[in-house]
Order: sequence, then C-alpha cells, then structure tokens
Amino acid sequence: MADEVVLLDFWASMFGIRVRIALAEKGIKYEYREEDLRNKSSLLLQMNPVHKKIPVLIHNDKPICESNVQVQYIDEVWHDTAPLLPSDPYQKANARLWADFVDKKTKGEEQARAKKEFMESLKLLEGELGDKAYFGGENLGYMDIALVSYYCWFHVYEKFGDFSIEAECPKLIAWAKRCMQKENVANSVPDQQKVYEFALHLKKIFGIE
Amino acid sequence: MGEEELKVLGAWGSPFSRRVEIALELKGVPFQYIEENVFDEKLKSPLLLKCNPVHRKVPVLLHDGKPVVESLIILEYIDETWKNNPILPPDPHRRAQARFWAHFIDHKCMPPVWTALLGSVEEREKAVEEVRECLKTLEGVLDGNRFFGGETIGLVDIAANFIAYWLRAIQEVSGLDFMNEDQLPLLTKWCEEFVSCNVVKEHLPPRDKLITFMKNWLSANGWSWTD
Repeated sequence: MADEVVLLDFWASMFGIRVRIALAEKGIKYEYREEDLRNKSSLLLQMNPVHKKIPVLIHNDKPICESNVQVQYIDEVWHDTAPLLPSDPYQKANARLWADFVDKKTKGEEQARAKKEFMESLKLLEGELGDKAYFGGENLGYMDIALVSYYCWFHVYEKFGDFSIEAECPKLIAWAKRCMQKENVANSVPDQQKVYEFALHLKKIFGIE
Repeated sequence: MGEEELKVLGAWGSPFSRRVEIALELKGVPFQYIEENVFDEKLKSPLLLKCNPVHRKVPVLLHDGKPVVESLIILEYIDETWKNNPILPPDPHRRAQARFWAHFIDHKCMPPVWTALLGSVEEREKAVEEVRECLKTLEGVLDGNRFFGGETIGLVDIAANFIAYWLRAIQEVSGLDFMNEDQLPLLTKWCEEFVSCNVVKEHLPPRDKLITFMKNWLSANGWSWTD
C-alpha cells in the first residue's frame, strides 16, 4: 500500500521541526506544505478543528495532531527503522518525562523570571544528558528531537535576554551542535539568523518587549 | 514471575493519583499505597522527595524501586508493562487520538477550571465558558460510544476521571455551572457509567470528605458565595 504523508507546517515552528526530524530519521517521503498562519488553509482547519494549529501530520488522509503525539505515531507506524523511543518501558517513560519537561519549561513568559527559570531548566537537562552523546544514548532519540527543535530559538532568547547559553551550559550546546551535524536535523531546522529576524519582526508587530 | 515490589505514592483527593490506582486495578496488579501530604512541603516524605526531586508531586509509581512520574506517563508505563486489559488500542492512529484527547483534558479542560475558581470575576466568566466548550468537544468525541475507549474504559476515560467526579463536586460547592446535563446528555451518561465501573468506584475519594475539603479550600482562597 502506498503511504501518502502530508505535513502542514510553518518553517519556524519548533513543533514542526520535531516532526520533520522524525520523518527524516525514518526515511519517510512526505509532502511539506507551508501554512500562512494569518490565513490558514481550509485543510488545516478541517484536520485540526480543535486547536487549528500546525503541525498537522496527515497519513493516508487521517490527521494526527500535537508534535509529541506525532513523533510517537511515526515511531510506532514505521517501527522497523531508527527507533526513536527506547523499547524498555522504564526508559520510555523517562524519555517522555523529559520531553514533557522541555515543553513545560521553555514556553515564553515574562522576561526576567523566565530567564532564571529557563537557565535552571537547561542546567537540569544538561544533568540528564550527562556524558552521553545524545539523550537517546548512542543515537538520536525522542528526547533529543523534542529539545533540538528549540535550538534555533536559543539564539533568539540569548539576543533578547542578553545572555549566553553556551557560557552556562556548554555541554548542552555541544550536544546541540552534535545534533546539527546530522543531515536529518540540519535539513529540518531553519537557519538561526532567519529565525532571529522573524522574531524581531514579530516583536515589532506585537510590540512585545 | 516473582513478587514485584509496586508502590504508589499518592494523595486521597488527587485525580492524578487516582488515575494510577484505576489503571493498576484494571490490570489486577497488587500494590502498596502510601498517602502523601501534598500541601505541606515540610511533611512530604523523604521517599517522595528522593523519587521526584524535580517536581516533588504525586503520583509516583515505584516499580522495584524505580520511580515513574506524571500520571499520563505512568498510565502508559503500566500499559506497556502489564499487557492484559489494554488501556490503549493496538492501532497507531487510534493510539494517537487517545493521547491527543488525554492531553486535551489535562491542558485545555482543567486549567480554566482553576482559573474560574481562583481568578478575578472577569476571568471567571471567560474560564467557565472555556470549560463548557471543552466539555462540548468531549461530548462529540464520545460519538455514541459507552466509553471514550469504546466498550471498555481506556486512557481517555481514566484521564477524564476529573470530569466524571471532581468537576461535579466543584460544581456543587461553587455553584458554577460548568456541565449542563441537558446540553451534554452523552457526557452526563458517560460520567455515571464511569464512576460505576468496578475498577473505578473503589478509587474515588469519599464524596463528603471531598466536598468538605473543597469548601474549605475555596474559602481559604478567597471565594465568596454570592446569592
């Protein structure tokens, strides 16, 4: 049966990045469709009526929403190559926990308090990484995908918040650069400078300080 | 298979903690329950602080000494470890849908309930409306099935325990009208079915105790009962 996979996405979305990486890791051919978030397509609204957000993964006309749900789905359907989640239930639970943690802790909030919390969270993540090459061990896994999707936005946070992540969490930045050396990741992640310019643009429009 | 050591660190009034109990009951797995005092940091047990140092919250599942935290993650762990009476269906798309709706319940349905109770009067109305919208969506998801999981309870039903039991208690105590039975006939029926399930009814907090607790909690948080 021919698989038809479509991804409704937005180039700078960290959630979209996760799905792109997962699809690339599995070697899945798919159609990428860029959404204009100010003018969402009827397909997007139809496929994600609850949240009306990207990314939306459409597999043989069936929609799957929420990036972490999508990555798990991809892992379960295309289970023969490049496992993203460990097979051991305890390790799987751990990967899920840290991926959840990333989402909870890296949401944009008020500046100063957010900066301190953000750095504390990154330090915790650095601790979890330890001496491993990747959170997933020898290879890229679920947790790596969840966090590296934010990497292109780190530069934005640094510039806006006037601090250096590399100075405080060198191991984490080393990990991020290691991930970026992988073709599947580099191709799925937009250029940091482009993202920064986009953020500046948003800041101007919304008058965010 | 030898006796595995299984402990649940929980709190009698926590829907999250009760979810874990329901799942273990469903699987027929015996466990030792340890009640934690979640309101006083100083009274949290050393075991809890050791197992969940980052969040210091319940529930924690301790399986042969290894801690698993976050109720939805624990439910998946339980389902993967004990294969009888599955909580998630085998089909990947249906699994994705179940995860989506469980996430929806925790992140979309629940937060506005707290906003309605703790927020300003202006925030309250908007929050109540948000909850109503979520419940309306869930009514649609049931789609005439007995449970979200189909014929038997699954991940979404267990995640929705808060709606079936706690929300109704909150409604009674606060007087806020979150769930209108006439507008949500399927969801209302689901609530009844869910709380009557054998694996669920032993794992609901005693109603009077919960009501009293909620009244006290609301008072302490500045709630005023008008009219």
